[in-house]
Amino acid sequence: MQTRNARVGLLLFVIYLAFYSGFVLINTFAPEQMEVQPIDGVNLAILYGFGLIIAAFVLAMLYGFLCTTDGDKRSGGDQ
Amino acid sequence: MIYEPSTTAVVMFLVFVGGTIGLSFWLGSRAKSSQGYFAAHGQIPWFVNGIAFAGDYLSAASFLGICGMVAFYGYDGFLYSIGYLAGWIVALFVVAEPMKRLGKFTFADALNAKFQSRGIHLAAGISTLAVSVFYLIPQMVGAGALIQPLLGFPHWVGVVLVGAAVIMIVVTAGMVSTTWVQFLKGSLLVVFSFVLTMMIINRGFEEQSGGIDGHDFVEKGPFTPTQIAEQVTQLPEGLAADAATFPASLQNSLVQLKEKSRDHEYWSIDIVNESQAILRETQTLTKTADGQKLVNGEPLGTKKGEPELHPIGYISELAGDQTKTGSLGPLSFFKELNDSKIILWGNETVSHDDGSKTTVYYQKPTTGSSVLRPGTHPTFKGIRSDNFIDKLNFLSLMLALFCGTASLPHILIRYYTVKDEVSARKSTIVGIGAIGFFYVLTLYLGLGAMVSGALDVTDTNMAAPLLAKSMNESLFAIISAIAFTTVLGTVSGLILASAGAVTHDLLINFFNVQLQDHEQVRVAKIASVVVGAIAIVLGIVFQNMNVSYLVGWAFSVAASANLPALVMLLFWKGTTRQGIIAAVVVGMTSSLGWILLSGDTYSKVYGLAADQAMVPFSQPGIVTIPLGFLTLILVSLMTQPKSETV
Repeated sequence: MQTRNARVGLLLFVIYLAFYSGFVLINTFAPEQMEVQPIDGVNLAILYGFGLIIAAFVLAMLYGFLCTTDGDKRSGGDQ
Repeated sequence: MIYEPSTTAVVMFLVFVGGTIGLSFWLGSRAKSSQGYFAAHGQIPWFVNGIAFAGDYLSAASFLGICGMVAFYGYDGFLYSIGYLAGWIVALFVVAEPMKRLGKFTFADALNAKFQSRGIHLAAGISTLAVSVFYLIPQMVGAGALIQPLLGFPHWVGVVLVGAAVIMIVVTAGMVSTTWVQFLKGSLLVVFSFVLTMMIINRGFEEQSGGIDGHDFVEKGPFTPTQIAEQVTQLPEGLAADAATFPASLQNSLVQLKEKSRDHEYWSIDIVNESQAILRETQTLTKTADGQKLVNGEPLGTKKGEPELHPIGYISELAGDQTKTGSLGPLSFFKELNDSKIILWGNETVSHDDGSKTTVYYQKPTTGSSVLRPGTHPTFKGIRSDNFIDKLNFLSLMLALFCGTASLPHILIRYYTVKDEVSARKSTIVGIGAIGFFYVLTLYLGLGAMVSGALDVTDTNMAAPLLAKSMNESLFAIISAIAFTTVLGTVSGLILASAGAVTHDLLINFFNVQLQDHEQVRVAKIASVVVGAIAIVLGIVFQNMNVSYLVGWAFSVAASANLPALVMLLFWKGTTRQGIIAAVVVGMTSSLGWILLSGDTYSKVYGLAADQAMVPFSQPGIVTIPLGFLTLILVSLMTQPKSETV
């Protein structure tokens, strides 16, 4: 069951999980850090939040490129 | 607030609903077999399916609930956006392709691919029904909330209308029509939210002293503590008659003055500095013992121009000495807001001796920097407390949102509408793009609504449509109609998921009812009507709950019941039939039980004190999801085929 695609998927999943956990844990245990403003006037809460959304899309695209049709052993009729 | 139906809105609404149902009938002629009815023949193009994912997922709760929560509490609503989107990562990287490979109609098929067990179908079928019904409630409530300002009908009419329209969509063409409705609605929602966001950023901010009806809220003072003590009928708690300074706890306390212009007139204390405070005008909504409603002391009107609560939500002070910012950029939007002062509103209910009750809505002047950080909304306040249990509640919710998406039955069935695993993957990527983009917009929409001057102080769910109304009437009509179609689409998907569970999992696979292909479709249609009727009733019963809060429940139940079984089946060879059944049953009952015994339910549903609740915090996920995994592992270990040799 562990095809190449599934391994790539798991790796990307772990990367995103770490990024998301970071956000949740900072919010939980150091909420005041979220008010720090890395860019003038825009706080970490907004930047990290947008970052998580953009990262999800970037990783999803990356996954799309990394996956090969061979990796899906039984992918319909196309080879 | 009094809502007057506008002709544009009514026309727009009829066009949308009529178009949707017309499309449904047209497509219905092409879906006769059960494969067509439940899975659209597996022939939906991946791009369309991807946008339809967005359509399924961006429910009334996302659109109305999140915007409303951001508009009233700031950043906190956006935490839901983040969690909801993150869940798609689980769906894409872990669940999507195996789901497509193993299943045919329902997600129970995938769970059961190895075992051929009737028990799995029964357990998974019931959990599908439970999650779908939980998810249906907020959608129906949202529909009722929308129909009121749009067409001027009461809440229950809206709920019944949605129910009827949805049943028609589902009965005519099943998954084919549902998919195309979702595609249309998903595209419209994202496009128009983007238009609205551009308008917000373009409009910029302006200092106001009241909402868009032109009423300026009065402030009196500043006064010293003794001056306030002399004016009030009763000293507020914490203020002595001869006090020299204001204790901080006095902020936002309500007082009544000896000199008043009407009954039930309250003022709220806003402390300027240690020795000075101003009194701010409040709004009151009184329900008398005989059921009459009074706003600000006068009987509530029925038409525009008659007494009603004033619209709210504005910036009282901008940074520097500017009174208007003009057009802004996507980042300077936050910077300007961060440096300004915003009037938010809180409320408090006072009971009187004559049996009447007054809800006092008072102004809460808030700095922009504090609405742009998490931890204002009651659900999220826990992160600012020192109590570890309160923090756990937040962790638990964020975990449930992360794990919930990939366990929602109406999302999972969408993997059967495309032709293969490659298409399943591609459509998920398209879905993530569309949904992510929309969620970025929710923050702008919510904050835009917060300072639009158009909010209804009694109804958080109306923030997004009212924001559109503050721009112009036709945009309001379009946004409301899209939001309504949103409800139609999501509800159709949920009803279809439930009907699939009843037909395939319960009847055919569990009770071994032999059904011809066309009979399956007929049974599913009957099931759709029944589930639709249940949804209508629940939508009326739960009228007064914020919709995104209810969706949080659905995610918790879905994540606890379905995810452990799904994940373990894919990654652990030792998983047994009994293990899966036990995990689904334990996950579902424990999370449901937890919710029913939680403080949130105590206070919002039963009307009891939250601290009498039997569980320490309200969100079950952090306990019940691991419990599901643990159950599966333990039961599987006990029921290994060769366990005698161990």
